[in-house]
Amino acid sequence: MGNTILQYLTVFILTIFVGIEVIAKVPAILHTPLMSGSNAIHGVIIVGSMIVLGSASGGLEIALGTAAVFLATLNVVGGFTVTDRMLGMFKAKPVDKKKTEEVAK
Amino acid sequence: MTGTLIARGTVLDLCYLFAAITFILALKGLSNPKRARSGNFIAMFGMAVAIGATFFQPNLRNVVPMVIAMIVGAVIGIPTSRFVKMTAMPQLVAIFNGVGGGAAALVSITEYMKIQHEGPPTYVVLEVLLGVLIGTVSFSGSAIAFIKLQELITGRPITYPGQQVINALLGVGAVALIVIILIHPSVALLWILLAVAFIVGMAIVLPIGGADVPVLISLLNSLTGVAVAASGFTLGNNMLIVAGTLVGASGLLLTQMMCKAMGRSLPNILFSAFGSAVSGGAAGTGEDRPVRSQTPEDIGVMLAYANKVAIIPGYGLAVAQAQHIIRELADELEAKGIDVFYAIHPVAGRMPGHMNVLLAEANVPYDKLLEMDEANPMLKDCDVALVVGANDTVNPAAREAGSPISGMPIINADEAGQVVFLKRSMRPGFAGIENELLFNEKTTLVFGDAKETLTKMVGALAAS
Repeated sequence: MGNTILQYLTVFILTIFVGIEVIAKVPAILHTPLMSGSNAIHGVIIVGSMIVLGSASGGLEIALGTAAVFLATLNVVGGFTVTDRMLGMFKAKPVDKKKTEEVAK
Repeated sequence: MTGTLIARGTVLDLCYLFAAITFILALKGLSNPKRARSGNFIAMFGMAVAIGATFFQPNLRNVVPMVIAMIVGAVIGIPTSRFVKMTAMPQLVAIFNGVGGGAAALVSITEYMKIQHEGPPTYVVLEVLLGVLIGTVSFSGSAIAFIKLQELITGRPITYPGQQVINALLGVGAVALIVIILIHPSVALLWILLAVAFIVGMAIVLPIGGADVPVLISLLNSLTGVAVAASGFTLGNNMLIVAGTLVGASGLLLTQMMCKAMGRSLPNILFSAFGSAVSGGAAGTGEDRPVRSQTPEDIGVMLAYANKVAIIPGYGLAVAQAQHIIRELADELEAKGIDVFYAIHPVAGRMPGHMNVLLAEANVPYDKLLEMDEANPMLKDCDVALVVGANDTVNPAAREAGSPISGMPIINADEAGQVVFLKRSMRPGFAGIENELLFNEKTTLVFGDAKETLTKMVGALAAS
């Protein structure tokens, strides 16, 4: 038993370093999309919700599990869609745009 | 028989490992402008794999309510996030973050109901407790942040007599409750903890001023990550631990970066409302002081004789849906050989980078958007600084001590030859502080809806 918790703690602590390292250099313009993107990633609680609901017995447990799945789905779906919508607006590069406008004229 | 089950479990774990890797790659991608969008797709794919794999969990029950809950969630979530206006983006992120925290709290408490009879060790109780506490704080905190940003209640800090005492009592109560639960764990006490955490979340967010709410959302986002990691410990799921911790750690760093962009510290943002509520009182006094105002047409003509113009956009620009017309104005100026650039404050709009998103929507070219540090040295060479719907981000009060925004970096609009403000009224900005620059002798105000005003300016400019 003690061993499993140590394993989880190891993963936990190593991931803290990864989390900090991975976004160490992010330009200000990407702060909002990054927040939104990581918001979508913690939507992974949907898997936790499914596991809990999937082994639930009794009305209350099932009701709570279903509510958790519902909330987590909102988190996942909303998080990814909003992030994609934000990033979609960044896609065009200025150089390409000028060229396409000239072509259009 | 057992053999196949083990194999299935291994495949499941491999799928979760794959998903965890995609989340790391996604965050890495999201911090780079070129790969940001593909980063998001990678995470989406990993998430789909993880969800799909979970359906193959051995002995999975209650699949019908599960699928129904997912469909309902998707039917509500997708259209909401697709069609909500870009200006309402911060609220949307807040609410999607909050529901994630709520889900984590429910997962923790439901799992505890199942395992309570086994008399789980104290560290498991601690994990459950943290999941419930942090998840719920994130939920109710995000809900209040949403209500504030949606302006259903005032964006100003909300303070009331005895607030510090009540908050202190809440804190002590929560800690006492945690200790009691650790000694005598029970589901009923966990529900009481959930209720207390709900109130704590509200108590933390209510006294925070509207302008600081985005930083708070980032902090709550990080907290939800921690709650998810706690649920991961309880469920014994490495993927939840990795994903939750990633968001928790990177979210905290991101929060610090945002604070830095505003020249504030996190404790200052969280607790300053208690001390500074009074200094906002000066806001009402400015109404009678003389200001210079002119018609949009006058300003259009004036712009025609400028050599270099800086456009300083703020949230008001987005509210008036004037992103497109401001671009027309810039195009018109450039056609006359006038230099134009946009000076973007890091927290213009309501979130860091929000203004860039809004202007990108109007196809304003990237190279015209200058970040504050680039723009500030150029402002003294500008003939006109055109401030559209911004206020706090050009308020010179930030350079002096004693103002609620002291120390916040600002765009030096006051260094330009002339300053033109497009404003709806004399109402102070989001931070609720009077702006001395409005009364400066080189400042001209144009009152009215930004979109109409700009349309008239473009007309006058084209004719001159």
